[in-house]
Amino acid sequence: MENIHGTAELHQDDAHTFDTKAIWRTFRILLYITVFELILAIGYYEMTFSDPHFVKHLLNGVFIVLTLAKAFFIVAEFMHLGHELRNLILTIAIPALLFLWFIGAFLWDGSSYKNLRNTYDRNHLEQSQQKAPVKEEAKKPGSIE
Amino acid sequence: MSQTITADRKWWSGGKSPFNVEYGKLMMWYFLMSDAFTFGAFLISYGTIRFSSNSWPDPNHVFRSFPVIGEMPIPLAFVSLMTFILIMSSVTMVLAVGAGHANDRKKVMIYMGWTILGGIAFLSCQAWEWTHMHGEGAWWGRNPFMNIDGSQSSTNFTNFFFTITGFHGFHVFSGVIINIIMLIMTWQGVFERRGHYLMIEKAGLYWHFVDLVWVFVFTCFYLF
Repeated sequence: MENIHGTAELHQDDAHTFDTKAIWRTFRILLYITVFELILAIGYYEMTFSDPHFVKHLLNGVFIVLTLAKAFFIVAEFMHLGHELRNLILTIAIPALLFLWFIGAFLWDGSSYKNLRNTYDRNHLEQSQQKAPVKEEAKKPGSIE
Repeated sequence: MSQTITADRKWWSGGKSPFNVEYGKLMMWYFLMSDAFTFGAFLISYGTIRFSSNSWPDPNHVFRSFPVIGEMPIPLAFVSLMTFILIMSSVTMVLAVGAGHANDRKKVMIYMGWTILGGIAFLSCQAWEWTHMHGEGAWWGRNPFMNIDGSQSSTNFTNFFFTITGFHGFHVFSGVIINIIMLIMTWQGVFERRGHYLMIEKAGLYWHFVDLVWVFVFTCFYLF
């Protein structure tokens, strides 16, 4: 019981620091980033490039940076982690660093598998280059269109 | 008990709160941490498979429809609406937490109501999208969409899409249920009697996490 009272007192001064303006600012930032991402994604398909693969990779890099920025704002502001004690932040942030290895290692693995198969499995490469039979997009009765 | 901090004060021997947060809130953070790795594993396996494929369906082609209007000149319009709804419901959730800090029971109820509505709206959008894609012939084990280079695609795309958005949708669903329980408890005055609205904060953490995951799902499936 004492503990509960303790926590209630613990958070009482937060009432004064709670900032509605900061929330709406975060919301606007998230909205702008999302709209910007959409403009990039749609723009890429509307335009033609001399080296589309390079542009696509560049664009994916931009998307990753913007996504991480959005994640940062959600965690720091909406989830209020940015305002907690530093040691608490670290117990969340340091394990999250595992993702760096996690993503890097597995994507590397995937692309290595692709290259190995394309090099040593001719059948797979030829199959994957064959054009699909051009067919009407499945228009079944009852499909919503 | 002495309040002066001496060198041998035992911060970690119990009875104190070294992180200055309530136990349940701290544990919610660690649960979300583990849940992040579950979602991470899903998304990274998707990435691995996609990196090992020579080609992949074009999201701009797959996600081009909008309810009632049919096909849109602006692809990805519908998923943008879904993203907007989820971010918006995250905002109303923070406002509910803020109202809780001010011990304003009525405002907590209003904002929780909006958050629940946002969650239900998101789920409805997802239900429409799933129904629409199912109508086009897409499902687990079936993929009607060609790769972007015109070659025959495997079922990897639909399998990952339905599994991951389904797992996320399940989180949204459980979040809505938790929020409804919180709304009922607020309405009954449980938190008012308790003297604090920390439960709203904990439910809020879960709800923001669902929004956080959607940011990554959105990037991985709709933008890349």
